[in-house]
Amino acid sequence: MTAAADPARAAMLARIQGALGRGAPSEEQRRRVLQRCAAPSANLIPARGRENDRIAQFIAEAERVNATTGRLAGWSAVPAAVAETLSAARLPPRLRMVDDARLASLAWPADLAVATGKAVDGDRASLAVAFAGIAETGTVMLLSSPSSPATLNFLPEMHIVILPEQAIVGAYEDAWANLRTALGAGVMPRVVNWITGPSRTADIEQTLLLGAHGPRLLHILLLAEA
Amino acid sequence: MQSKAHTFTANARAALADEPLQAALARFQGGFPVKRRAAIDRLPEFDALRDAGKAIKDAALANLDIYLEQFEAKVVAAGGHVHWCEDAAAARQTVIDLCREAGAKTITKAKSMIGEEIAINEALAAAGFTPIETDLGEYIIQLRDEAPSHIIVPAVHLSKEQVAESFRAHHRDLPAERPLSEPQAMLDEARAILRQAFLTADVGITGANMLIAETGSTVLVTNEGNADLTQTLPRMQIVIASIEKVVPTLEDAATVLRLLARSATGQELSVYTTFTTGPKRGDDLDGPAAFHVILLDNGRSRMLGGPFAEMLRCIRCGACLNHCPVYSAVGGHAYGWVYPGPMGSVLTPNLIGLAGTSDLPNASTLCGRCEEVCPMRIPLPRMLRQLRRDAFASGGGPKPMRAGLAAWAFVAGRPWLYRLATGLGVRILGLLGRRHGRFRRLPGASGWTAVRDLPAPAGRTFQALWTERNGARQ
Amino acid sequence: MSDTCRHRPLIQPGVQVILIRMHDEQLTVGLFVTCLVDLMRPSVGFAAVKLLENAGCRVVVPAQQTCCGQPAFNSGASAEAKAVARQVIDAFRDVDYVVAPSGSCAGMIKTHYPELFADEPAQAAAVAALAAKTYELTSFLVDVLRQKPAAGTYPVAATYHDSCSGLRELGVKAQPRYLLSKLEGLSLTEIPSAETCCGFGGLFCVKYTDISAKMVDAKVDDIAASGAKLVLGGDMGCLMNIAGRLQRRGLAVEVRHVAEVLAGSADDAPAIGESDGKP
Repeated sequence: MTAAADPARAAMLARIQGALGRGAPSEEQRRRVLQRCAAPSANLIPARGRENDRIAQFIAEAERVNATTGRLAGWSAVPAAVAETLSAARLPPRLRMVDDARLASLAWPADLAVATGKAVDGDRASLAVAFAGIAETGTVMLLSSPSSPATLNFLPEMHIVILPEQAIVGAYEDAWANLRTALGAGVMPRVVNWITGPSRTADIEQTLLLGAHGPRLLHILLLAEA
Repeated sequence: MQSKAHTFTANARAALADEPLQAALARFQGGFPVKRRAAIDRLPEFDALRDAGKAIKDAALANLDIYLEQFEAKVVAAGGHVHWCEDAAAARQTVIDLCREAGAKTITKAKSMIGEEIAINEALAAAGFTPIETDLGEYIIQLRDEAPSHIIVPAVHLSKEQVAESFRAHHRDLPAERPLSEPQAMLDEARAILRQAFLTADVGITGANMLIAETGSTVLVTNEGNADLTQTLPRMQIVIASIEKVVPTLEDAATVLRLLARSATGQELSVYTTFTTGPKRGDDLDGPAAFHVILLDNGRSRMLGGPFAEMLRCIRCGACLNHCPVYSAVGGHAYGWVYPGPMGSVLTPNLIGLAGTSDLPNASTLCGRCEEVCPMRIPLPRMLRQLRRDAFASGGGPKPMRAGLAAWAFVAGRPWLYRLATGLGVRILGLLGRRHGRFRRLPGASGWTAVRDLPAPAGRTFQALWTERNGARQ
Repeated sequence: MSDTCRHRPLIQPGVQVILIRMHDEQLTVGLFVTCLVDLMRPSVGFAAVKLLENAGCRVVVPAQQTCCGQPAFNSGASAEAKAVARQVIDAFRDVDYVVAPSGSCAGMIKTHYPELFADEPAQAAAVAALAAKTYELTSFLVDVLRQKPAAGTYPVAATYHDSCSGLRELGVKAQPRYLLSKLEGLSLTEIPSAETCCGFGGLFCVKYTDISAKMVDAKVDDIAASGAKLVLGGDMGCLMNIAGRLQRRGLAVEVRHVAEVLAGSADDAPAIGESDGKP
C-alpha cells in the first residue's frame, strides 16, 4: 500500500495534527521544522566529554565497565597481542576477523587460524576495528559493512576491538560529526554499534553476570600509530 | 493482556502477604536508586541534561507528524517499510501478516514493552508461531507465563530458586540432577538454549528506545546483546515502536542516552546501544533481508493535545518505579496491567480507560519522588491528581468517600459550624483518650487504627484556646 | 539532599524586595493553624506563635480559617476544594505573610491553589498573591526572616523525617536542621529513609491501609535501627502516622513537631499519642 492511500496512516496523522491544533503542515512549516534534521547541532555536552587526556579517560571508563585494554605501538604488534589475549583467556587459537587490508597484510602466527566473514556458531573469538572510541563512557563505536559484519560483535565469547588512538573522541556528538565527515551527511551504515563493556545481565536477583548473550570478554587494543 | 487493575486493592494485599515477592522487593530497593545516585554524582550536568532532554522530546512532540513522516521517508529510502497501526489489534495483525509473509516458524523477541502492550506473544502463538523471548528476565517470565513486573527488569519479583524451578520444569532435555543453585548456572543454561533459538529464528521482533527522524534509524539499548542477535540473524526484523519514540537527530538521541541508563540502572550507558537503518544492504554478509517498523498509536495521539501530553516524553527508564514507595511495597503485578508504578498509573488509564483502573491514580501518596527522579521531568503527581479529578467528575470512587467529602466540605465551608462540630468532637475524644493519650481502636476510624494507634486530641482546639487567651488582642 | 532542592536558592525571588519595604515595620503574619494542629495538637500552634513572635512578628489567627482543602483536592473533588480554599484566600488577604506549621498545607496553598484556580482567571491575582506570601514555618524563619538558631538545651538522640510536600514542593530540608543546630545535647542522626514517604498521604493511609502500613513500617524500622529516641518533623499527618505505628509496635520512641522543640515548649504537652499522666 502506498503511504498516501493508507487510511490508518492518514487517520493517525490527522489525529496528531488535530491534537496539535493545526492541519497538515505547509511545505514551509515542514521545511522549517526539518531544518533541525538538515543541520543537526549538539545539545549540552557535559564537561566529561571535553577532557584533555581522552586516551586515559577512555581506558579508565572502559575498564570501569569490565572491558580490558592493551596499548600497542602500531598495526604490526596486533597479531602477537591477539594471540596472547586468546591464550590468556584460554581460548583456542582461532579468530574470525573483519575483512580489512590493514589486518590482512599483517604477519599472523602460523598457529593462529585466521578467517574473515560473518560470525558463525562455534566462533569463540572475533577481531574488529572501531570507527571511534568515545572517552566519556569508554565506548567503542563500530560500523557494519560487507567487510565488517555486525555478528562479529555479538556471537563469539571474546570480542577484540582495535581502536586507533587518534579515533578517540571526547563525546558522542564528536563521533556523529566524524561519521558525517566520513560517510556524508545523513548517511548511516546499516548498523552502528556503541559497545560499552562486555555483555551482562542482572536479571536473576540483581546478580551481575558477564556474558549474557553477547561476548563475555571485551578486549580493546589501542593503537598509538595507525 | 486482560487488565486486573480493577482488583488493585486485593492484588496489593496478596502481594504484601507474598513472602518471596517481599524478599525480592527488599533485595531490589537497595540496588538501582543507589547506583543511579552514584552515576548522577559523576555527572554534574545531569539536571541541565534533564532540561535538554525534556526540550528535545517537547520539540519532537510539537511536530510529531512531521518527524514521523520524515522518519518514514528515511526508512523507506534505506529499503525498509513502515506500518502505521492505530491500535493493538492492527499492530498484532500486521506482525502476524509479516511473519506469514516470511514463512516463519520460530520468532525470537527482544524485550519490548510495546510487545507487552499489544500482547504480541499470545497473538503469535495463537497464529501458530513460536515466539521466544531472549532477554533473560523476559525469557524466565515467558516460561512461567507471567507478565513483567518491572519495565526494565521483568523478573525482578522472582528468587533464583523460583527461576531454577522454572528451568527444571521446562528444560526437560537436560539432566534432572544438574546443579542449578547459582545464577551463573542458570545463565549458562539459558544462553545455550537461546543461542539455538537465535540461530534458527526466521523473524526477529524488537522494540525501540528511540526512532531518529534525521536518519530513519531505530535505537535499541540492551545489556545482554540479545536484541542484536535477535535483529541480525533472522531473515526479517520487525521493530514495534510507539509514535512518541521519535526524536529529531542523532545528537538528540545522544542527549537522551546520557539520561536513560543513568536513570534506569545507574549505568553511564547500557552495554549495547544499536542504531539500525534499514535491512541488509547489497554485499552485507549478515543482517535481515527485510526490515519493518510498526508505528503504534493505541491512544497516544489522543493524549497529545490534552493534560497528559507530557507523559509522552517518558523514555521508560523505570526510575519512577525504582523510587516509588508504593511500587516498592507491592511490586509490579499488583498494578494489574502492562505498565506498573507511577508511569503506569498515568499511562494505563490513558491507554485502556479510567473505568476499572481508577485505583491506580489513587493508590499513591503523591509524595513526589517520581517527579523528582524523572529524567524527562514529567509531572507525574499532577497527572495522578488530574486522573483523580476525572474519576471524581465521572462519579467514580467509593460512595462512603464521596459522601464523606461532601459532608466535610459542607462543614469546612462554614467556620461557625466547623468550630461547633470540631470543638465538641475533640472534647469528647480528648476525654476518652486522655488516660492513654491514644486509641488502639475507634469506631469509624478502623482504616487508621487497624495498623496504628491514633493519638488522642488534646481536648480543646487551638482556635478555642487562642480566642480564650487572646480575645482582647484580636 | 534531594534532587530538586539541591540548587534551590534559600531566598525565593521577590522576597528581598518585600523585606526592604517592610524594613522598619513589624510584619503581620497570619498563622494558618492547619486542621490537624487545631484539632489534635494546639501546642504546635502555640509553639509556632512563640517562634514567630520571638522573631519580631505580629501574629494574627484569622477566625474563618478551617482547612486548606487538600483532602478534597487530592481526591479530585475540585469544587469542594475550591469552596474551602476561597475562605483561606479571603481570610488571609490582609496579612503580610501566611505561615503554616506544615509543609503539606503550605504547599497546597503555595503550589496547588494556582493549579486549582487555573480555570478562574478572575481569581488569579488573589491566588498568586496568597501563594507568594505563604510559607512553611521553618522555611519562613530561615529563608525570609533570616533567623539564627537559638541556643538551648534538649538532650536527646533525635532523627528528622522530611515530609514529602515540604521537601519537594517547598524545598524544606536544611531549614529545620539549621534551627535545631544550636540545641545543646540534641544529636540528629539521619536515617537512610529520611526523604522517603512515611505512607500517610492523607486519605491514602485509610484507603490503602495495608500498603500504608508497609511504608510506615519501613520508616519505623529505620528509626528503630538509628537508636533515636525522638522523631521530629514538620507535618502533623506524618508524625501521627509514625507515632501511631511506633506505639502499635511497642517501640519507645517519642514523636514531636519540630516547632515544639524549637520554641522550648516541649514540656507543654506530652509527645504525640502519649498521655500527660493526669487522670
